[in-house]
Order: sequence, then structure tokens, then C-alpha cells
Amino acid sequence: MAQRVSFDFDLVTDVESPADEDGVHDSFSQLIQEQCHDLHDVIEMTPLDPEEESRDDVESLEAPVYQRSDSDGPQQTDHLIGERWSSDTLKVLSSMPSRTIGRSRGAIISQYCNRTMQLRRRRQSRPSIQHFPRSARPSIRGYGVETDAAGFEEEENKRERLVNNLQNLSDSDRVRMLRAMPLSLSEKKELRMLVLNKAEHSVSQNQIPCCSQLKYYIIIALRHGWYSWLSFLSSLQLWQTALKCVGGRFGTGVLSYFIFLRTLLFFNVFMFLVTGLLLVVPQAIAHPDLDQNITVRSTWGLEVLTGAGYFSHSLLYYGYYSNKPLQTGHSCSASSNKTSSSCGLSYNMPLIYFFTIGAAFFITCIILVYTMSKSFGQSFRIDKSKGLLAIKVFSSWDFKVIKKSSVRLQRANISTQLKELVAEVNHQKLKFPVLQRLFRLSIHMLAWIMCLGSTLACVLAVYYFSEYMHGDLLRRAHTNSSDPLLEEASLLAIPVFVSSLNLLLPGFFNVVAWMEEYDSPSVLNYISISRNLLLKVSVLGVLCYHWLGRVATDPQSLGLECWESFVGQELYRFLLMDFIFMLLDTFFGEFLWRVFSQKALKRERKPVFDIARNVLELIYGQTLAWLGVLFSPLLPAVQIIKLLFLFYMKKVSLKMNCQASGKPWRACQMTTIFITLLCFPAFLGAAVCVTYTMWTIKPSASCGPFQGLKNMFQAGKRWFQELAAANPDLHWLPSAHAYLVENPLFLFLSAGIFLIVIYFHSQVVDGQRKIIELLQEQIENEGEDKKFLITRLQHIHERKRRVTPRRVKEASEVHTHTLTHAYTYTHIHTHSHTHTHSLIYTHTHTHTLTHTHTHTHTHTHTHLHTHIHAHTHAHTHTHTHTRALTRAHTLTHSHTHSLM
Amino acid sequence: MGGTSSKLPKDLLSEYQVRLTHVMCLFRAHKIFSELQGGENGPYSSRVSMQKILTLPELKANPFRKRLCHVFSTSDMKDGSLNFEDFLDLLSAFSDTATLEIKSHYAFRIFDFDDDGTLDARDLEKLVNCLTGETDDTRLTAEEMRQLISNILEESDIDKDGTVNLSEFQHVISRSPDFVR
Repeated sequence: MAQRVSFDFDLVTDVESPADEDGVHDSFSQLIQEQCHDLHDVIEMTPLDPEEESRDDVESLEAPVYQRSDSDGPQQTDHLIGERWSSDTLKVLSSMPSRTIGRSRGAIISQYCNRTMQLRRRRQSRPSIQHFPRSARPSIRGYGVETDAAGFEEEENKRERLVNNLQNLSDSDRVRMLRAMPLSLSEKKELRMLVLNKAEHSVSQNQIPCCSQLKYYIIIALRHGWYSWLSFLSSLQLWQTALKCVGGRFGTGVLSYFIFLRTLLFFNVFMFLVTGLLLVVPQAIAHPDLDQNITVRSTWGLEVLTGAGYFSHSLLYYGYYSNKPLQTGHSCSASSNKTSSSCGLSYNMPLIYFFTIGAAFFITCIILVYTMSKSFGQSFRIDKSKGLLAIKVFSSWDFKVIKKSSVRLQRANISTQLKELVAEVNHQKLKFPVLQRLFRLSIHMLAWIMCLGSTLACVLAVYYFSEYMHGDLLRRAHTNSSDPLLEEASLLAIPVFVSSLNLLLPGFFNVVAWMEEYDSPSVLNYISISRNLLLKVSVLGVLCYHWLGRVATDPQSLGLECWESFVGQELYRFLLMDFIFMLLDTFFGEFLWRVFSQKALKRERKPVFDIARNVLELIYGQTLAWLGVLFSPLLPAVQIIKLLFLFYMKKVSLKMNCQASGKPWRACQMTTIFITLLCFPAFLGAAVCVTYTMWTIKPSASCGPFQGLKNMFQAGKRWFQELAAANPDLHWLPSAHAYLVENPLFLFLSAGIFLIVIYFHSQVVDGQRKIIELLQEQIENEGEDKKFLITRLQHIHERKRRVTPRRVKEASEVHTHTLTHAYTYTHIHTHSHTHTHSLIYTHTHTHTLTHTHTHTHTHTHTHLHTHIHAHTHAHTHTHTHTRALTRAHTLTHSHTHSLM
Repeated sequence: MGGTSSKLPKDLLSEYQVRLTHVMCLFRAHKIFSELQGGENGPYSSRVSMQKILTLPELKANPFRKRLCHVFSTSDMKDGSLNFEDFLDLLSAFSDTATLEIKSHYAFRIFDFDDDGTLDARDLEKLVNCLTGETDDTRLTAEEMRQLISNILEESDIDKDGTVNLSEFQHVISRSPDFVR
């Protein structure tokens, strides 16, 4: 019986653990000793722990409230936090359904009860017998207050219902449901036993039959294999520890550079695999009957740099690949994947060349667009709250980390990131006066003019220099009398010139940006990126014109047998020069500068890693590689080697020479931007150039797979015509090819459909965004209501605190009202709650009456008053009231018993 | 009683309704647990104190290790001691196969340092301190902390009551693409 009494008082605590009951008993006796100065303190006497009770004294009205350590800061959003709640308000707050769901078992059970119900409905689509609970996630809490053991009963009830629901589910559903519940194992076990008992087939589970045991072993083995495969896959994640180390020391910005480098590496590996398997390997196996009578000179050093000489007639370049169908003899397997129509042992090299390059570009494009859209989706969600900080804080800890040192690293990482975020948020609040802003604006204008001017100068310089070198080449082709070494070295002139421009101008841009004094590091980065991008794109544009406009249109005058190979060599030279200049830059720009600044200038600080410039250099190199794939199918391999070198070099240099940025900044959408840049100007530009070459420029007449054709594109057409000629049934093929591929209408049509689909998608997203906004507004309104109700509750509590024991009647009234308010909020039977409380109230007083002999008179009075009050309030519910009264009496008795 | 390597009662196996593919894991877990018990083959329901659990290499450096024990403990004494079933709960919540629902639920309870059912600013402060560590160079300044907490609340506290409750927490978590623990 004593136990039941304690439940009576249990306004908020869980019924689940006896520990709480002890607490209740403790506080109870303590209360009796305190002689109950204030009525209200008697009423709310069930905090979670006994110590709280002692703090909750009448003299010190300090309720156990949360106090912000920095309450002075102006807060707009959370008024609620800044205020101090009295303990009763806190108690009511803590019994709100939204809060109990986070900790109480009963709430979880009822939530899952609803969920199983829904599942059942969905599965069986028949009306359920039990009535459906009111809200989607009701809490047992609301009921916990009703009558003495009603809460408990209610929970039992819920549990019963849950068991029923579970029983009606299918076996697998039930197991899945149970597994998904965040309950402890013993409770799940209990639930399952209940379900099984209901179903009355609990036997025959203990024995696992022999054959199924075998089956299980096989499954175990399979699963082990699968897991080890998975772990193998995850170990393939290249450079994971290195990346984590870099991220931990230098923040996400620098990390995004290295991740980008890794992405580029994967792109190149893909490209290399495609071209290597489909072009290089068959050609190398086939040994075409090209006459290899070119004398190989021994000036090796220069040839590696220029890519000419020995290399010019190798697999590296376009010119080496033959136009004849390769007679692969026995190995039809290697060739059958493309020209499968007639496995006549022929490997149609022009066609394969054309389609391989085309398919490689197409797949790269798809991968790029996919990654871009994915990272766009991640960094620009459709709801308006960003939630970056919250996500960072809630889900950044990697629980799998167990090493002490890596924990330290992870902490450093998280700390840096949080600081970056906070710095960014702070920055948004800065404002300048008008005059200063005007001044800054003019400085920015000046800086942009300087940058654009220097870029223009660069472009012109490259244009005229390349024209001069072209003229030089022309002259030399006619005179043919100069030193071959000098001739080769002169080939390096343009790459060196362009690379040194690429090296010097970003430094100039940095000086300009330093003059501008941007205070947000991310803005600085974006500005720097856009300037560098402008420079590189325009220089590359001029170079493309040089190659495709000057060299390709008039190869004879240059004495070139194969202009494609020449362009391939040029690109190879550019790529290599770019790499060499990067090495030099790392050595001089980072290492020597660090030594100089630390030794000579006595500065403590190390230089900061320039993300924008380095990323742009990567993009530039990648564009060159993509441009060159057509002319030199092995160029991706060169790029792979370059990137591998670069990664380790940059990592070492970063650790030695650089320090984490002084102004921490976030690279929230950095990776997205890099990918976008890679996709839009870089890849698209390269693809346009390659397509242009394929479509319009006449290939060399005497070398390469496309010799004798008007353009490379004709390879496909010719093949179709051959097919049609060989097989009369396919006579429609050439015309179909002409209509589908050569006719631009088809292209336009597909592009149009694509655009329409995109448009519809964006419309749908727009609609969803509107609905989300509406819903969010509604939630905010509800929050306002809640805030209002809580403040009212608090007011009433405060008023009640001020009343003396003499005016208890008023206090009791107030109390009843308070509860009404509180439960209006929770929407659960306001009236019945009022009753409950008057009941508890009465009960409490009986106690005091029995056990304390001081103040007896007053309290009896109170008792009566309460009665009357309760009556007036609840005249419609007379039944309930009387029952409650009688119960209160019995309870009084019981408690007297227990205390005696 | 079970096989030679493990003293796990066989009837428990069926009682746990383990996915039978995980039986090996279960045996391994039991082995670890009985080692923690100190070699003595006590009944499977006996408890292991928090101090002993914390000596596990997986938990040694974890800043949330005490919270982990408290959350998963079903002990009446609230001392964070675990019995075997609690231990299994812990393991399964951290396994790769656990659902987002379970993970977010337990994560919420781990982060709810005062067990009041919501994450208020005090919880958040403790959480951030756990994340960044207590050394001076990684620790956030008071001003940064204030800013951070008010921003977190602004972002995730949808109904603006000054605390983050479970559903708000799950809302945030669901938007995080890499909630892996």
C-alpha cells in the first residue's frame, strides 16, 4: 500500500525504478519535518532527487533553475532560457510530452504502440479494433497525473496494446520492430515473451534443428566474407589517415584542397583505364607495320622534357595509332567488346578511337554532374535553417576513434571547425560607416582594374609570343639548318613563358588582395579564385586558338607530318612545365620563404597555405590533361604520376612550412565550388575543344587513325556505310545515323526535354519549400503559444509564492488554476487534471493533519476550502470527485499505517 | 551451458532472438564481458562496475565514456554498472547495423547530461567541452561558447522554447549526411 501512496505523489518521476520511490519517501518525511510553511511546497514534493528538495526552501526562493553563465548577452530567440523558473514550473515543463519522450520508457512504448498500429494498418488495410490515440506521440506522462495508480495502469494498458499490435504483425515485422526500439534488452525480451505467450507457441524455439544450424554456419561464413570485403573497400579510401591528419591540423579549407586532389586522381585513373584498355593495349599488342626507321638520338634529358624525338613515334601520341583494322589474330576477346557486330577478328581502330574518347568524356561528364548535384544538394538544403553548427556539434564526434593521439587530433579538428563557424557568424554582424564603405569600394574597384589589366596584358603577351614562336618555327621549317638541340629547346619557350606567368601573376593578385584588406577569409578566397580563374581561362583560350587555329589549319607550312602529335607534344610539355613550376614554387615560394621570414625577418609566423591558387593550378593542369587526351591517349597517366607526386610533396611542405590559418574560416561550400569550377569552365571548355576538333578540323593525311577522312567524325559514318554495304538488311543504318547524330534537331530535342525535366523538378522543389516555410511558421507559432503559457504559469507560481500561510485559500485557488493552464498546453483533459490535483492536494493535507500538530487548525480549514473549491469547479463531474475523495481517505489511512 | 569457449547459456541465445548470423559476435561479446568480470564465471546477470568497463581500450579515450555507461546501465543504483544485457545493448547501438532511430535516440540520451529529457544550454556547453577537450588551445572562449550555444539553439530549436528536445534533435540529425558513430 505504501507504494501506491508514493505513486499518488508522483507527478513527474518515472514509475519505472524503485530508486525514485525511495527519493519520494525521503522527501516526504523530510517535508513532514519541515512543518510545511508553505502549502505549495507540500504539493510539489516529488523532484527526482532528494537534494533538490532541500534547495527548494521557502526562505531562499531560489528554485533549481538553470542560470546562464552569461545572462547579460542580449538574446532574441530564447527568452525562455534567460528567465528563472520556479521548481513547479520546471516540473510541469519536464512532464511535457516532448520532453518525456527523450527519457521515459513509457513514452517510448506508447510511441511504438502508435507506430506498430500504423504499420499494421498499412499492411492489412483493415480498421483496427482499438481506438487510435489522439496525437501522434502521446505521452504516458499526461496520464501519470490522473489518479493514484492510473498512470501505472495506463502504461500497462499501453504495453498491452503494444503487445497486441506486435502479435498481429508478421514474424519478421515484429522482430524488426522490436529491434528498432530504443529500449533495453531485458524490456524487449519481456515484450517478446508477452507476445509469444499470447500467441501460445513459445515452445520448440529452444532447439535449433541440425540442418538449419548448417545453414546458419554457411550464412555466417558468407557474411564474414562480405564484411571483410567491405573493410577492404574502406581501406581503399586513399590517404585516409593523411587526410585526417591534415584536417586536424589545418582545418577544412586545406583539407578540401587535398580531397579535391584525390578526386582529380580518380578522374584520371578512370580516363587512363579507359584509354589504356581500349586503345593503348590493343595497339601495343598489334605491332602495326609502321616503319620505325627514325634514328633515336641520345639527348634523353631534353626529350623527357619536350616529349619530342624518341617519344614522338610512340604510343604516347596520336600519330602512332594506325587507321587499319588491327589483325589481332587469335585474341578476339580483347576486341569483341566494341566492334562486336562481326567478330571478324578486326579491331576497327578509327571507330574505337573515336568512341573511346567520346565515351570517356561522356562518362566523365556524367560523374562530374552527378557529384556536383550531390554536393549541391548537401550544401544547399531546401529548408531555410542552415543548422550547420548544430550538425557539427551533434554529429561530429567519431565514436570509433580509440587512440589517444587521434582523439586529441579529432578534438583539435572539431575545435578549429567550431571556431571557424563562430567566426563566420560573428563576421556577419559587422557594419561599417558609409564613408568608409565608399573608400573600400573604390579600393576594390582599383584592385579589380589592376587585376583585369594585368590579365589582359598577359593574354596579349601570350598571343604575340606564340605568334612570334610560330613564325620562328615556320622560318626554321624552310631554312632547315639550325642546331637541333636549340631547335628542341625552343619548343620549350612557350610552356616556360606561360607557366612563369601562371606563377607570377597569382603572387601579384595576392599583393593586390592584401592591399584590399578583406577581413573575411572566405570572401578573400572567392575573390582570389575568380581572378586566378579568369587568368587561366583566358590564357588557355589563347593557347587553344594557337593550336587549333594556327597549327592545325596549316600543318604543311610547318613541315609537320602529323599536327595532332605536335599538339599532343605541346600539351605534354605544358603539363610537365606546370609540374616543374609547381615544384619550384613549393620549394622557393613556401620553403625558402619560410626560412627567410623566420631567420631574416625574425617572424614567428609561418606562411599560410594558399588554397585558391593551388586549387586553380590543379584545375589548370586537369584541363590540359583533358584537352590532350585526344592527341595523346597516355596523357592521363602522366597526370596521375604528377598528382601522386604533388600530394606527398604538398603534404610534406604543408607540415614543414605552413601553419593553420590565423583567421580560421570555414570551407562550407568549398568542395562544391571546386567541383563546379572543374565542371564548368575546365571540363566544358576541354570538351568543346575536343568536339570542335573532331567535328571540323581535317585530320592529318599521313598519320593517325583518321588519315584520309574529312574529319574524325566521319569514322562512324564510314563504319555504318561499310556495315550497310556488307549486310543489305541494315541499309537503313547510314540514314538513321545521319538523322540521329548528324542532324542537330535530335540534339536540340533531347536537350529541350532535359531542360523541361529540370524545370519541373525545380518547380516541385519550390512548392516543397513553400510548404516547409508554412509548417515552420506554424511550429514557431506553437512555440510562441507554449512560451506564453509557460510565462503565465510562472507568473502564477510567483504570485503564489508571495502569499503567507494565512491566505491559503487563495493559494489553493491559484494552484488549481495553474494546473489548468499547464494542461491546457498539453491538450490532455484539462478538467480531469484539475480534479486530480485537488485530490492530491487534499491528500497531502490530510497527511499534514495527521502527523504534525502545529497549525492544525489552519490546515483543517484549508482542507475544507479545497473541497469547496474543487466542487465549484467541477460540478459536472461529481462522480469523479466523490470517488477521489474516498480514495484520498483510504490513502490517508494507508500512509498513517506505513508511518507507524 | 554452452560450448567450450563460452559459458553463455544456450537458452539465452534463443531468448535474445539474435540474428543467428551474429552468434559469433555474441560469443565474442560474452568473452570480453566475462574477462571484465574478472575471470570468475558469475551468472550472466551480474554487474560489472563502471570503473572496469572504462578500462576497455575502446572506451579509454572516449570523452563520453561515463555518459555511455550511465545511459546504458539499467542498474537501480544509478552507478553506471552494466550487466551483460546492457553491454549487448551498448554494442548493438554502436554497431553498423543499428538504425538511425536507435542511434539518434541513444545519442540524445548521451548528450543529455542532466537526464531531464531535453538538451538545454548547460547540456550543450558540456557537450561542446567534451568535443573540444579541456586544454587551453582547443577550448572555446566564453564569448565563443556563448555565441555557439545561442546559434545552435537558434538553428535547431524549432519551437523556440530554449531547449532541444528529441524530435528536434532527430530533425537535425536527419539532415546530417554522415551521422556515423
